[in-house]
Amino acid sequence: MKVSYYPGCTLKTKAKNLEDAAVSSMAALGVDFQELQRWNCCGAVHSLADDDLIHHVAPVRDLVRAMDQGSRQVVTLCSMCYNTLARANLLMRNDEVKRKTINDFMSEETDYHGEVEVVHFLNFLRDTVGWDTLRSRVKASLNGMKVASYYGCTLVRPADVAIEPAGGGKVMNEFIDALGGSPVDFAASTVCCGSYQILAHPEAALEVIGRIIESASSAGAEALILSCPLCEYNLAKKQAELVSSGKISKKLPVYYFTQLLAIALGLGPEASRLDLNEAGSVEFLKAKNFPVESGARA
Amino acid sequence: MLPETAPVRACGLVYPARALTEPLCFLNVKGKRKNMPIEISEKTIKHEFIEKVSQLSGQDIFKCFQCGTCGGACPMSGQMETLPRRIMRMAQLGMEENVSGSETSFTCASCHTCSANCPRGIDLARVMEAVRLLTLRKNVNKINPSKVPAETVRELPQIALVSCFRKLTS
Repeated sequence: MKVSYYPGCTLKTKAKNLEDAAVSSMAALGVDFQELQRWNCCGAVHSLADDDLIHHVAPVRDLVRAMDQGSRQVVTLCSMCYNTLARANLLMRNDEVKRKTINDFMSEETDYHGEVEVVHFLNFLRDTVGWDTLRSRVKASLNGMKVASYYGCTLVRPADVAIEPAGGGKVMNEFIDALGGSPVDFAASTVCCGSYQILAHPEAALEVIGRIIESASSAGAEALILSCPLCEYNLAKKQAELVSSGKISKKLPVYYFTQLLAIALGLGPEASRLDLNEAGSVEFLKAKNFPVESGARA
Repeated sequence: MLPETAPVRACGLVYPARALTEPLCFLNVKGKRKNMPIEISEKTIKHEFIEKVSQLSGQDIFKCFQCGTCGGACPMSGQMETLPRRIMRMAQLGMEENVSGSETSFTCASCHTCSANCPRGIDLARVMEAVRLLTLRKNVNKINPSKVPAETVRELPQIALVSCFRKLTS
């Protein structure tokens, strides 16, 4: 099965662990995961102003490429890319006037009307691979590990691009369950981590990051999974700072959901790329007897 | 202050002057502390501003009935100098200087929690974007990309830099 996927910029640099784990897992599951050719940055955020059409050109161009390369769907891993591509796609489907302006502007490209489907990898696992298939391929069960699913904003808001209906909050839990883990529900699973404000207003972002970590820990989570490199930066890389300032009582290991997938499929350290995670995350899995090497450096 | 009986016209609606000024006693307007009277009259209401915010956001800002759900749900509200509800009220009253002078729209993380929760169905994230852009389009930058320390640039994921510069620079 050939599937076209859009990595996005961050997966090629800071979030290699999100991408490598997914690509290896798909190979192990017999899915031919093919990177979209000549993709460009999606712009990271959807433009919200009515007169600002130029910022929709980047994501639409990616969708045109996918269509031209014969793909009916594009799978994304990064939550922010998912949101930006899916919303640009909806705009091209639903807004006749803006669609015409954008198509006219991109006169050198094929006209686009929203032909391609933008799918997040979690939904791809659920709908195309299937939880039962996934369950049958698990070699190293998470063995009841208590994992909190952190959705953040861009997978669930706004409702018209949410990866599942409002109040669902199930797909990531079903994923954890299929890998043999115990999903932990916690109040802050869709609370924003402060996003890009970590750069402009770090004190405001750190406050909410602390609340999210504490909420997951106090719900009994041993680990937290997510699918966004910006959430990962905020929720994982900022933990040491939060512990020293007393905003959180203890660290909580954070993984990309694809890393737990690779580990459960028995793919080992080269696939899961835990060497790129924060200190403590490898040790936690080692203590649980997963075949992960703390010294592995790619 | 206008006499109590003088009617004020704001966007096609006629309010008695008192109805407009009373709720404003609670507005934390820059430079004026709580309970300071603020003049709202046909002279002070910037109709063009109301029009621009409505057009750019595509939202009917007059739907807001000041319940405060937006600020209650907002993850950044703890550090916001003016709560989103107040921004909405001031926008309704065409208080351009107060709205544009507030850092609120630049503290917004565009997480859409307010929009998802608004009982009046207002997409507040779009209103914040409109307010932000009306300032940024005057060639204002709220962050200077060249002043971000090299260490931070090395450390941050690209999506953080791209989205922050998209939202906070002109």
